[in-house]
Amino acid sequence: MGSIYRTLSPRALRARVLRGAVLDGSVRRDIVLALLAVWLIALSYGAIAVASGFPLWFPAVQSILVVAGASEFLFVGIVAAGGNPLAAALAGLLVNARHLPYGLALPDVLGSGWRRILGAHVMNDESVVFALAQDDLPRKRAAFWACGLGVLICWPGGAILGALIGTAVHDTNALGLDAMFPAVILALIVPALRDPPTRRAALAAAAIALAATPWLPPGLPVLMGLAGLLLVIPRRPAPIRKQPAP
Amino acid sequence: MKDTTLLIAGMAALSAGTLAFRLSGPLLRERLAFPPWAEKLLEAAAVVLLAALVATTGLTQGHAFVGPSRPVGVLVAGILAWRKAPFLVVVLAAAATTAILRLLGVP
Repeated sequence: MGSIYRTLSPRALRARVLRGAVLDGSVRRDIVLALLAVWLIALSYGAIAVASGFPLWFPAVQSILVVAGASEFLFVGIVAAGGNPLAAALAGLLVNARHLPYGLALPDVLGSGWRRILGAHVMNDESVVFALAQDDLPRKRAAFWACGLGVLICWPGGAILGALIGTAVHDTNALGLDAMFPAVILALIVPALRDPPTRRAALAAAAIALAATPWLPPGLPVLMGLAGLLLVIPRRPAPIRKQPAP
Repeated sequence: MKDTTLLIAGMAALSAGTLAFRLSGPLLRERLAFPPWAEKLLEAAAVVLLAALVATTGLTQGHAFVGPSRPVGVLVAGILAWRKAPFLVVVLAAAATTAILRLLGVP
């Protein structure tokens, strides 16, 4: 409503970035839909945890402290099968090791101080992929935070609700919810896959990870997929070109 | 659960270790200067990791093939996404395809 000054002041700009106002409507809608999918997957996580004999507080607290779905499913699965919780934590850490290369791939979207710690905590598959898909740094930052904070709310929120109704829902797989997580991630990386070298590397990574799955503990096959990057490297012409562009 | 203390220890280890992974990327990046081609490569690395994640979560459960209904759902999602269908359509089509196949008795 206000004056030009109000609209252009750094504080107002920052507020706009935080509210996601720098993002296009379609991006904002996609983030909301991705969050809806996260929420549905969290429902099944909470329900499964309680159905496997975990106390109600467990999926609630773990979903807030870890915020990484695949590792939490794995943890619950291993402990429910009689495994040691510390071994389950190790397996979960292996699955979460991919967050290190994620952090290397992200440009400076986190900020500093407490913001960096919170930002690191909300770094997940969805927030990383939305950040990478944007063109410039303000948009990357806005998409990262909007999606990351959204997941921080939706994942525990869904897990708690799922745990509460857990005993009622016995078979979440009947609803096809387990297909949603890979579908969300795939839909988000499709634009990057239109670049042929990236697509070749991604297909190689998928093949390597699948070939390794029967033999290696969960998490490691995904990291081995990084070898697919070798297909991208030969493309760069940088060392040959000596002349600056006109 | 039999041992709450052990359960809490496991949860603490998983959450602390995960935060350490998440923090070390940005911290390393701050200390090292990357040339533009390396930045491109790192970005491709994230896409490559995500693709491997799609493959393993879409096709396998534990160490084995999950059965056709989930991969077919993900494949339908992939085709729709490639043809630029709206995000909601893509994700719901995946769940619906898988659910319908399971209803028909496909594992």
